[in-house]
Amino acid sequence: MAVDLSRRSVIPYGPQHPVLPEPIHLDLVIEDEKVVEAIPSIGFIHRGLEGLAMKKDFNDMQYVIERICGICSFMHGMGYCEALEGIFEVEVPDRAKFLRTIWCEMSRIHSHLLWLGLLADGFGFESLFYQAWRIREKILDMAELTTGGRLIASVNKIGGVLKDIDDDMTKAILKNIGEIEEELKQIEKTFLLDYTVQSRLKGVGVLTKEQIHELGGVGPVARASGVNVDLRKRGYAAYKYLDFEPVTSNDGDCYARCNVRLHEVYQSIDLIRQAIAKLPEDRTLAVPVKGNPDGECFVRLEQSRGEAVYYAKATGGKFLDRMRIRTPTFANIPSLCEMLKGATLSDVGLLVITIDPCISCTER
Amino acid sequence: MAEVICPENRLFEITPEQLLPKTMEIKTRGFRLSQACAALVKDQIELSYSFAHDETYQLETFRIVTDQETEIPSITEIVPAAVFYENEMKELFGVNIKMINMDYDNKLYRIEVESPMAPKKPKEGE
Repeated sequence: MAVDLSRRSVIPYGPQHPVLPEPIHLDLVIEDEKVVEAIPSIGFIHRGLEGLAMKKDFNDMQYVIERICGICSFMHGMGYCEALEGIFEVEVPDRAKFLRTIWCEMSRIHSHLLWLGLLADGFGFESLFYQAWRIREKILDMAELTTGGRLIASVNKIGGVLKDIDDDMTKAILKNIGEIEEELKQIEKTFLLDYTVQSRLKGVGVLTKEQIHELGGVGPVARASGVNVDLRKRGYAAYKYLDFEPVTSNDGDCYARCNVRLHEVYQSIDLIRQAIAKLPEDRTLAVPVKGNPDGECFVRLEQSRGEAVYYAKATGGKFLDRMRIRTPTFANIPSLCEMLKGATLSDVGLLVITIDPCISCTER
Repeated sequence: MAEVICPENRLFEITPEQLLPKTMEIKTRGFRLSQACAALVKDQIELSYSFAHDETYQLETFRIVTDQETEIPSITEIVPAAVFYENEMKELFGVNIKMINMDYDNKLYRIEVESPMAPKKPKEGE
């Protein structure tokens, strides 16, 4: 079929746009109101942090890695530590594994609630946005109580963790996550059953399981298209002691991505309860790690946004030869470009949000 | 208790000529591209292409040891998702990757320094 080029135009979208939480640029080739092709551009906030790892002491570098992004901070720090622990071949104490798991799930809750708020803002439901972020404050309070920081926890160290959670704190966490669960149930109905919300999300940006596989999509984006993958099943940290199954959906649209993330908040609440119930009595938090790293290690974690890959390589010096962090958004951009094809211009912002883009992480 | 699926990561050293057939072979075995990156080791560049299997959680990595002059074929025709990885390797490490499907021509990260993580070339007289 011949293409009528006179009906085509290119619209630059971003990096500054009211709906974009972070700077990404898309050149949208549109035909009337329909997107035919999307060409992404990044590079607005590249900071060269992987290059910095080659010039900075590997112990100090941990604090830099934790600051790649505020939302993913804890798991970045943990991924870095696990990669180095893999090179040093040290086994982290059991209590540290459980504490890491609890903080991981707290991070996931605050990340998903942040995303739910941004999604509501994206489709113009301001009060829903406020409600999601109001609930999120409770988990940030727990992060502050247990680590001292609301976003940048900075409690990981190579060989374990720096802080413990005492009995009063576990009681406060259990009380708070109970409240979060109850309050989330109230707004869940609006997210999943409201007519206007459904009309904006259902059938929009559909990606099949096969497409996701081809495009290397990860995390909730992949699970919403029926890919039953969750790296926590690999059993890192204390996940091997906990009972859970990945949350999946087969619809592959924006609604499915919302549904998956929303139910992952409940799953995280359940995992925190399980972890607290099984928290080991032995309060050893870390094992000593001496010398400089020599070797290489790949570590994969299930971050809030999906699979993150940490690759560290060292040859016995105090600087790493390479620290590579492949973040979930980096892997999800090809999926975003595919889901934009055929979408209307008014849905572009919503579709960008549904991959939960974290451009700070992507560019490092 | 949840079932834990944690196979060992596997690493294979290959030559640049083997990259495309190996990529095709691993793709037909149901793996997806998980990551690709370059690393500087002394005066050489190590390329790592990691493929993950979503059912078995296996991670297999192809390792190529090369230099800036050797041509590396792009895998984007087989794995479209490799586009950003290959552009990154080319821009940051100066890897000579040919025929990337959507080559950003060293403008992915918009940095002013050419190949900042590439092996340092000796100055004249050294």
